[in-house]
Amino acid sequence: VTTLKAILTELLGLFLDDGRLAGAILAWLVLGYLLLPRFGLPFGIGAFALFAGLVTILVESVLREASGRPG
Amino acid sequence: MLHTFSCALAAFAASLVEFVEALTIVLAVGAVRGWRGAIGGAAAALLVLGAVIGIFGPALTRIRLGAVHLVLGTLLLLFGMRWLRKAILRAAGVIPLNDEAASYARQTAALQDAGRAAVAWDKLALATAFKITMVEGIEVVFIVIAIGAGGPGLLLPASFGAAMALAVVILLGVALHRPVATIPENTLKFGVGVLLSAFGTFWVGEGMRLAWPGGDLSLALLVAGYLAAALGAVSLCRSRRRAGA
Repeated sequence: VTTLKAILTELLGLFLDDGRLAGAILAWLVLGYLLLPRFGLPFGIGAFALFAGLVTILVESVLREASGRPG
Repeated sequence: MLHTFSCALAAFAASLVEFVEALTIVLAVGAVRGWRGAIGGAAAALLVLGAVIGIFGPALTRIRLGAVHLVLGTLLLLFGMRWLRKAILRAAGVIPLNDEAASYARQTAALQDAGRAAVAWDKLALATAFKITMVEGIEVVFIVIAIGAGGPGLLLPASFGAAMALAVVILLGVALHRPVATIPENTLKFGVGVLLSAFGTFWVGEGMRLAWPGGDLSLALLVAGYLAAALGAVSLCRSRRRAGA
């Protein structure tokens, strides 16, 4: 039972470590899925917007963590 | 061709990191409790993990590609960006680096405290080696399946990359008989985080029917973009911590 629990915990932990990071990624993807294809954006701009949003989320997450931890 | 190579590379590097972590504990089990239980437990877990890939990998390739790209791309993004975030924080000195030698010493002490078993098949050794190989191997299985289901013919290179990593780690274990503490683990995790995040972004974009300039070649641009952003984030974290000290 403990082995199964450890494996399930590990499985969940694969995707959820920092809840705010995971939540922001999911929210951005849902927004992108609902909105980006409908704007009729010029070629490549939708893909770039998807990438730029994800990079912004990542950088914000690490900077928040770096600021929050004692040096 | 680009996908085939990058799939195999991502699976190899990610699997190498996970198998090295498992090897550390399996070596500790073998040294303290005996090799029969350690090898038996690890081998049983590898069989289970191989069966999971054999069952779910081909099954996923039969689902509509757009849906697979969207779902597995999202999971790859969650997984890859989690790795990349930790690698950035470790590279910037915000959180400590993983120490395999310390992990080996902790596990050895814990197993010695448990007392010796007089039977041929030591249950504690079997269970410990099985558990650690399953726990670390689950990540390998996810990576192989997620990358392999991204397109026709990608499961094979992804599985090949993971198998090569396993072979390298087994050879290292046999040769060294001690934890592999010298591999640049965080550099590998940094690279794998970049690759998986790029794959995840590319496939989510495909699932959303967004147009990628240059088609498959834009995967290389995504890798370059994530790498530049991650290196920039390391510098930003360092300077922010210096300013706050």
